[in-house]
Amino acid sequence: MQARGGGKMRQQMPKQDPEIRWRNFDEVALGFTVEQAQAEADRCLKCKKPMCVQGCPVEIEIPNFIALLAAGQPEAALAKIKEKNSLPAICGRVCPQENQCEKLCVLGKKGEPIAIGALERYCADWGRKEETEAKSTPQETAAKGKVAVVGSGPAGLTAAADLSLMGYKVTLFESLHAPGGVLRYGIPEFRLPKAIVDYEVGNLVKMGVEIKKSCLIGQTLTIDDLFSQDYQAVFIGTGAGLPHFLGIPGENLNSVYSANEFLTRVNLMKAYLFPEYDTPIRIGKRVAVIGAGNVAMDSARTALRLGAEKVIIVYRRSREEMPARLEEIENAEEEGVVFHLLTNPLQLLGDESGNVKTMVCQQMSLGEPDASGRRRPVPILDSEVSFPVDTVVVAIGQGPNPILLKGTAGLNLNKWGYIEVDPETLMTSIPGVFAGGDIVTGAATVIAAMGAGKKAARAIGNYLASKK
Amino acid sequence: MEIIDKKELAPGIVQFLVDAPLIAKKAEPGHFIILRHKENGERIPLTIADFDREQGTITLVCQGIGKSTKEINQMKKGDAFLDLLGPLGTPYPINKLGTVICVAGGLGVAPLYPKAKALHQAGNRVLSLIGAQRKEMLIMTEEMAAVSDEVRYSTDDGSFGHHGFVTALLQQALSEEKVSEIVAVGPVPMMAATVKVAKEFNVPIVVSLNALMIDGTGMCGGCRVTVGGKTKFCCVDGPAFDGALVNFEELLLRQRYYHEQEKEACHRCRLEEAGK
Repeated sequence: MQARGGGKMRQQMPKQDPEIRWRNFDEVALGFTVEQAQAEADRCLKCKKPMCVQGCPVEIEIPNFIALLAAGQPEAALAKIKEKNSLPAICGRVCPQENQCEKLCVLGKKGEPIAIGALERYCADWGRKEETEAKSTPQETAAKGKVAVVGSGPAGLTAAADLSLMGYKVTLFESLHAPGGVLRYGIPEFRLPKAIVDYEVGNLVKMGVEIKKSCLIGQTLTIDDLFSQDYQAVFIGTGAGLPHFLGIPGENLNSVYSANEFLTRVNLMKAYLFPEYDTPIRIGKRVAVIGAGNVAMDSARTALRLGAEKVIIVYRRSREEMPARLEEIENAEEEGVVFHLLTNPLQLLGDESGNVKTMVCQQMSLGEPDASGRRRPVPILDSEVSFPVDTVVVAIGQGPNPILLKGTAGLNLNKWGYIEVDPETLMTSIPGVFAGGDIVTGAATVIAAMGAGKKAARAIGNYLASKK
Repeated sequence: MEIIDKKELAPGIVQFLVDAPLIAKKAEPGHFIILRHKENGERIPLTIADFDREQGTITLVCQGIGKSTKEINQMKKGDAFLDLLGPLGTPYPINKLGTVICVAGGLGVAPLYPKAKALHQAGNRVLSLIGAQRKEMLIMTEEMAAVSDEVRYSTDDGSFGHHGFVTALLQQALSEEKVSEIVAVGPVPMMAATVKVAKEFNVPIVVSLNALMIDGTGMCGGCRVTVGGKTKFCCVDGPAFDGALVNFEELLLRQRYYHEQEKEACHRCRLEEAGK
């Protein structure tokens, strides 16, 4: 028997060739083969005190599922993951494992960590292919009472799944016409196929979770209405809201999109299939994306797939400070996205029809660290540079959505306008109302939101049990 | 979401009475909804033209301009919309002010009606000025008459009422009596012209904007409009704004943004019809 772990190389995820994929919306990462999954699972040292688990916001027993996979039991491995994580096909694709479980993997000290995310995805995809979930039947969930979950993004889906497993009858309220939140409207098809979102949400429905679409809590129904409809607790996971803009001249010119609008048109409304789908999108030849997070990478790569000839990313700091996952930055570069770093937009100029045609920027250098700990970008005098552009996507984050907050008396907000919660229980200033995800923390990751959903579900269970 | 009744108000303009008890219960003047009429369909925002909390119904008025709105207007009594989200937006504030002039252009009568009704109920003298291209395009005249102390009409071709634009009626009315507030709803150029007149007479004016939007819940930012030099979002901050502060030039350009695609979609749907 061969030595395990460090002696062998980490398996590389097969991907679509950049030359082909930059013009299609099919998934880029193709997933491990059986052989790869086996080889990678065999590398795991099965540490007695597994560090990786500490890095997992949803507490998956990582070495145990990998051991089951290594023993040739993918079904049991998937069941082990699902004890803690109801959305493994999604997490296996979009979690930043390199900053979480894989970062703490002991193998990473000398060589490369176990590809935990890829193995999680392998198990989930195996289950989807074998349709193991079809066997699961709705649980008897009415016994413990009703809980309302507001927002069907990663936080809401996780809270709903966990509460349902705990025996509560859960209703998910979603304002859009399709569930999934950012998984539906934000993350593109080529990174997270919508069939996967449908499948994972479908599993929740099979568990007995009810989904009410096109219902905006704060407008259609209030939190008070939910309590008077016999919901005993409410979880708010409404996510991020109003997109930020730079506040520079020309930002309301035509063809200047927020990343939210740009991605929603393409992902939720499927504008890339126009006119088969009725919602249009206009894409130019030269597209500039402002910002360097995952959303910016998604926007840039989407622009290429819509037919743009040249796509640039403009970011005022340097490569080191870019918030996007390394993998996504590399994918974007491979596909031909050009990065203009230390470049800060000053204004957008338009033509006579109000369409953007030029982006004027200034070069920056890095100074002393600012409040965020990152080195502050400082303008370089007389360094203006202009880019010809016909589409601009602003991907610099978003603030809290005001609707639910405005319509709910007694809900305390912090100074940034996000919901204030007890850090232990995630309960808001209203008894029985809990909140988690971006509406509490500001824009973060899918998995951070899922961690919050899990934590809130547990706290809701304790809260309701203590009331009895 | 079922269509309980349908009525053609004018060529290409259809009124739907829709079963929507949850929305009716919360609806206020100024609210709007977003609907999808079919799978693959667009999300179309429409102002709630009337609501009946007891019957659990809302009234929508749709003008068939693009592919989706034309298809919506083909829907029949007994059909149901696929999705109906609402009520959305911030309600229009209703106060007793004295005399209020309600100005509508074309389809603007529909969104204006619930405001006029509420203003009238609140004890204001409501003077309604309604403009249309021609006589047969005038809609909801009986309803407006019922909630107005006086109604005056204008048509672009002179086929009914004053021959000319509704702004001329406004100019005349403002020189006749003291007015506390003007409410204007209609096409962007009409609202811009109305605001100009209101400014001349120094009378406050509220306009209701119909920007392009997708989610309607404060997420996409597509409906942004510059008001008083600041970026506002029609779906959550509006749709009603202080007309004197709205940048209409920018709004007009933004509204025209998808005209080419609209034409393509319409062209294709005509080709499909021809092919059937």
